[in-house]
Amino acid sequence: MAYSDKVVDHYENPRNVGSFEKGDESVGTGMVGAPACGDVMKLQIKVNPRTGVIEDARFKTYGCGSAIASSSLVTEWVKGKTLDQAASLKNSQIAEELALPPVKIHCSILAEDAIKAAVEDYKKKHTH
Amino acid sequence: MDMTPHFPIYMDYGATTPVDPRVVDAMIPWLREHFGNPASRSHAWGWEAEAAVEKAREQVADLINADPREIIWTSGATESDNLAIKGAANFYKTRGKHLITVKTEHKAVLDPMRELERQGFEVSYLDVKEDGLLDFELLKSTIRPDTILISVMFVNNEIGVVQDIPAIGALCREKGIIFHVDAAQATGKVEIDVKKLPVDLMSLASHKTYGPKGIGALYVCRKPRVRLEAQMHGGGHERGMRSGTLPTHQIVGMGEAFRIAKAEMAQDNAKARALQQRLLNGLKDIEQVFINGNLEHRVAQNLNISFNYVEGESLIMGIKGLAVSSGSACTSASLEPSYVLRALGRSDELAHSSLRMTIGRFTTEEEIDFAVSTIKQNVARLRELSPLWEMYQDGIDISTIQWSAH
Repeated sequence: MAYSDKVVDHYENPRNVGSFEKGDESVGTGMVGAPACGDVMKLQIKVNPRTGVIEDARFKTYGCGSAIASSSLVTEWVKGKTLDQAASLKNSQIAEELALPPVKIHCSILAEDAIKAAVEDYKKKHTH
Repeated sequence: MDMTPHFPIYMDYGATTPVDPRVVDAMIPWLREHFGNPASRSHAWGWEAEAAVEKAREQVADLINADPREIIWTSGATESDNLAIKGAANFYKTRGKHLITVKTEHKAVLDPMRELERQGFEVSYLDVKEDGLLDFELLKSTIRPDTILISVMFVNNEIGVVQDIPAIGALCREKGIIFHVDAAQATGKVEIDVKKLPVDLMSLASHKTYGPKGIGALYVCRKPRVRLEAQMHGGGHERGMRSGTLPTHQIVGMGEAFRIAKAEMAQDNAKARALQQRLLNGLKDIEQVFINGNLEHRVAQNLNISFNYVEGESLIMGIKGLAVSSGSACTSASLEPSYVLRALGRSDELAHSSLRMTIGRFTTEEEIDFAVSTIKQNVARLRELSPLWEMYQDGIDISTIQWSAH
């Protein structure tokens, strides 16, 4: 299967790889997928508590090149966005940007789920 | 042969082998000037083609120590498997309706079995042991009075393990059950002597043994005589078992390939064994590496390894200088990981993390060294990207986590 240039670029030069300090209150973490399915994405957002804007993001992904690229791309996109803006990201935007073939659409869905889960996690931490 | 390094380096001999240049040379005249139909009995064009076909039949028979009259030409191992399994089941259906095979067989055996189930036969698909070898006691206990055919492959295409064909064959003879063996991955790698092996039907492929694609053969034992119902009708070629004009050039190619396989098996195997060891030595010290399949009862040309916490397709994308295959779901269109590795009891994530490297006659030490270095580099890089590796490093057992299936 041939990959698009953008997938290859993100795979070879993944953006924002890593994890934030454990226990950091300003971080929301989303972990989605399952090893049995061949994809696990961990996406973290670091939020400014005063403005509610995502200032930084990190990811780690176990999965195919398209899964790695989808999560790498999402870490770039969510920076500077509010939580609600980030949570409204659509998988179709990711799939279009990376020119994912139909069999790889699930990678973009997973990335959308990951960002939603990270936002959810942050909100849960800060509602009480 | 041109010694320029070719990228990507070919380590997928289990998918197909390069055609040996000597085989190509032998084939060409039968495409150019000697175009006759081997079935033309009325002129010299036909006679010379027929002679070439019969010489190749002897060469193929010779590799497995069969009588040339026991060799039936087919289009490849898939057709041979179909002819053997469906042909024998349908011919002997008045004796019984039960067949036995193994879960790790090639689809060319499993799919005809499924078709026979649709026709009313019953099929038992045996589990294998953790190392990929058949559990002989389980086989024994699965045999019923109405079992008519057992099919077990000689060498597994994914993990390279060699099944105990003599023992299974002896059991089949004792019980009066037809025994079919898919030997597509075995020719030129293991000694095969059908005078000693109690095998009734054996599928042979050309393109896994340095011959051309599109040609194969089925060994059909004469003593005791095994009968088949033809699956292809139209002229009664090949003793009525397989009609269709014989492709002289393909047949000549397979004959030459099998002649070379017999002459050079010892040296091919010695070389492959050393390279397999070199590859294994280079990779075995990486943390969390698992060899899939028994190492001792295995051909020298195969190594199947899982690199835990690294997904197979992403690894293949990284090691782009190497042409290998993966047991991961993503490389195939299906979402299921390799059913062969699953049958070994490997977890889904280990099955998703596997690489199959298959080497052969033209593999070099330099290529193995390149493979080791690029694999090591990419496994390390992808583990840095892997949340599962991070959890493993933190001492978290990922099997205890409630994952959301998707």
